[in-house]
Formats: sequence, C-alpha cells, structure tokens
Amino acid sequence: MCTVLRMSIGHTLLGLLESGPRHGYDLKRAFDEKFGHDRPLHYGQVYSTMSRLLKNGLVEVDGIEAGGGPERKRYAITDAGITDVQKWLATPEKPEPYLQSTLYTKVVLALLTHRNAAEILDVQRSEHLRSMRILTDRKRKGDLADQLICDHALFHLEADLRWLELTAARLDKLAEVVAK
Amino acid sequence: MTTHPAGSLLAAHELRKAYGPTTALDGAEFSIHPGEVVAVMGPSGSGKSTLLHCLAGIVPPDSGSITYNGQEMATMSDAQRSALRRSEFGFVFQFGQLVPELTCVENVALPLRLNGTHRKEAERAALTWMQRLEVDDLAKKRPGEVSGGQGQRVAVARSLVTNPRVLFADEPTGALDSLNGERVMELLTEAARSTNAAVVLVTHEARVAAYSDREIVVRDGKSKDMERVV
Repeated sequence: MCTVLRMSIGHTLLGLLESGPRHGYDLKRAFDEKFGHDRPLHYGQVYSTMSRLLKNGLVEVDGIEAGGGPERKRYAITDAGITDVQKWLATPEKPEPYLQSTLYTKVVLALLTHRNAAEILDVQRSEHLRSMRILTDRKRKGDLADQLICDHALFHLEADLRWLELTAARLDKLAEVVAK
Repeated sequence: MTTHPAGSLLAAHELRKAYGPTTALDGAEFSIHPGEVVAVMGPSGSGKSTLLHCLAGIVPPDSGSITYNGQEMATMSDAQRSALRRSEFGFVFQFGQLVPELTCVENVALPLRLNGTHRKEAERAALTWMQRLEVDDLAKKRPGEVSGGQGQRVAVARSLVTNPRVLFADEPTGALDSLNGERVMELLTEAARSTNAAVVLVTHEARVAAYSDREIVVRDGKSKDMERVV
C-alpha cells in the first residue's frame, strides 16, 4: 500500500467514488480499510486531494450537510473522473529499474577499502530474512488482503536475497574488477 | 573438547565429512532446541544436505561430535541409531516418498506399523494426522491418484505420526508451486510447534526459510549461525 500512497491517492479516491457518492470521512475510511493497513490517510490529505479533483472537474459536490460542526460535503465522480480512472488503470506502471543500489555501493566500497564485504552481505541477508519472518507471520494471521500485500513485499525481499546470494558467490571476481 | 549449547536437543560440533576428494563438511556447527524451527540454507553443493544426513544419523561424519538428547551418537550401535530414526525422528523429502502400492492412510500409518503398532490403531492415528494436514479425504486413494501438493501433505502427516522430537525436512516444498508450498509450510510448522518438535529445515528458498525461527548458512562445508552475525 505504500506503493499506492506514492503512486496516486487521487486516482484511488476517484476509483472508490465510482460505486457511489461519499463524504470525505467515508472515503478516508474506505481507503484505510482497503489500502492503508500500515499508513492510514490523514484527513488533510483527503480534503486537499478532493479540492484538487474538484478544481479539475473530476468530482463534483453532490450535496452539503450542515450539522452542529463544520459542513460535510458529499462528493460524486464526474464522467471526466471515470475516464481518468479508466486511463490510469489501463496505463502500465513503469517497472522500478533498481539500478541505484545502496547495497551494491556498500559492497564495492568495502572491497575498495579492504573491509569484509562478505560480512556486510551476511548482515544484510539476516536483516532481510528477519523482515520476511515478520511478514510471513502477519500473513499467517491476516485476511486475504493482508496476504496479498505481504506477498508483494515478500517477493521483492526474496529477489534482494537472491541478489545477495549471487553477489556473495561472485565476491572474489568483483574484488578483482574493483582493484583494477 | 566437545562443546554443545546448553539445553539443545540435537547438536553438532566440528563436523567433517568428505566424499573421496570432495569436502562436504569442513568444521560445521549446529544446534537446535525443542520446539525450534531452524532453516539450513546455502547454495547447491554447499553441504547442507550432508549436514542433515549426519545429524539424522543416516551418514556418519569422518570426525566431530553429534549429540542427541545429551548422548553422543557415535557411541550408539547401528540398531540404536535405527531405532532412534524410527521413533524419535521424522523425515520429509522433496520427491518420491510415498509407497505407491499402499493407500495414503496406509502410507501415513507405515512408521507406526514398523514400530509394531496394530493396524487399526496405527490407521486411527494416521487419520488424525491426515485431518490436521487437511488430507483425510484422500485416505483410501493411492499416491498416484493425488496431486503433488496433496502427496506432500500426506508425507508430512507420515513424518509426524510417530510424534517425533526432531523433524528433518529436506527441501519439503521444492517440487510444489508457491501456493501449495506455502500451505505445506504453514501446516508443517503449525503441527511441529503444537507437538514441541524441533524442525531442521533444509532449503535454498528464502520464502520457505521465513517460516523458521532462525537460520544457519552453510557455505563450502562451513556453517554460520546468522543470529550471531548481527
């Protein structure tokens, strides 16, 4: 869900509005339930996003309730909003290139300075597996949504671990290249 | 001098084993406590399966010490070691573990039958384990009639039917897809924890190792306890 937060809160909130008009509070609750397990949205984020969507004609105010407190606006998605969601869903995400790796930098620097690079890889490996254990445990206790979120993270950590293994097996060669 | 961690159920110290000119273990260390799941990881050919075979008393090490429940395994007779494997140890492997001519429930009951338990009693216990592994509906089927994932669960049930104190699992999900592999690991670790069995889990897959409490890495026949790395 961190990816969702980084990608587009706007599109996610728009998508949630497609099933019917909602108040900002309901939107926040729906978002948190479905996507915000670890990082719920702040009210400020919801209202600033809705103001922007309103300004861009992607949502409209469907009604206003005046109560004892501040006014409560109910938002509805517009046709332009539906088109925008459709376009966003249909556009593939650019895969992360993973080319700026801190781990790679650390390994090369360790070799350059004649430190124990294997030890650095082992420490990292242990840290990764520790995270994987926590996620596996959460997955075991969680619902299907939790399982899918954890799986996404687990597969990425596993890929890192495979890289750590491979790099550990190639350290001697890498040391030769670095020394040149 | 032999040094084994206090309270360990199974421990190895300075294990060495060579097959001809090839060194498989070169001073490996290991220990496990009751109820603990320890992953043994490492690249292919690193010696992790040899370590498992030595720990289980299947292969004798060239030198070094292995103690089970405080007793030096080298001082046991072959018959004692065989008895230990039948009654105190359980085994799950990657492939071909079930006897094709027997039904699934007969397969699960087999270790009890070999220990002299009557058929009815053995099959009753087998069915209980098959229920825990969610394969009791396959009781009357033969291994050739069930899927790989189901067969592996039957094999796990068989490995646990004698209530072993140590379960040795060598790449138990290696032949399964992600979903089946995951379920097998969940059921295996749950079952082992509920009986306080220790699990020696050999795997090269991090996602499988993530079901363990800690891991040791074997490289070039040497082991490294990752808990002591950080």
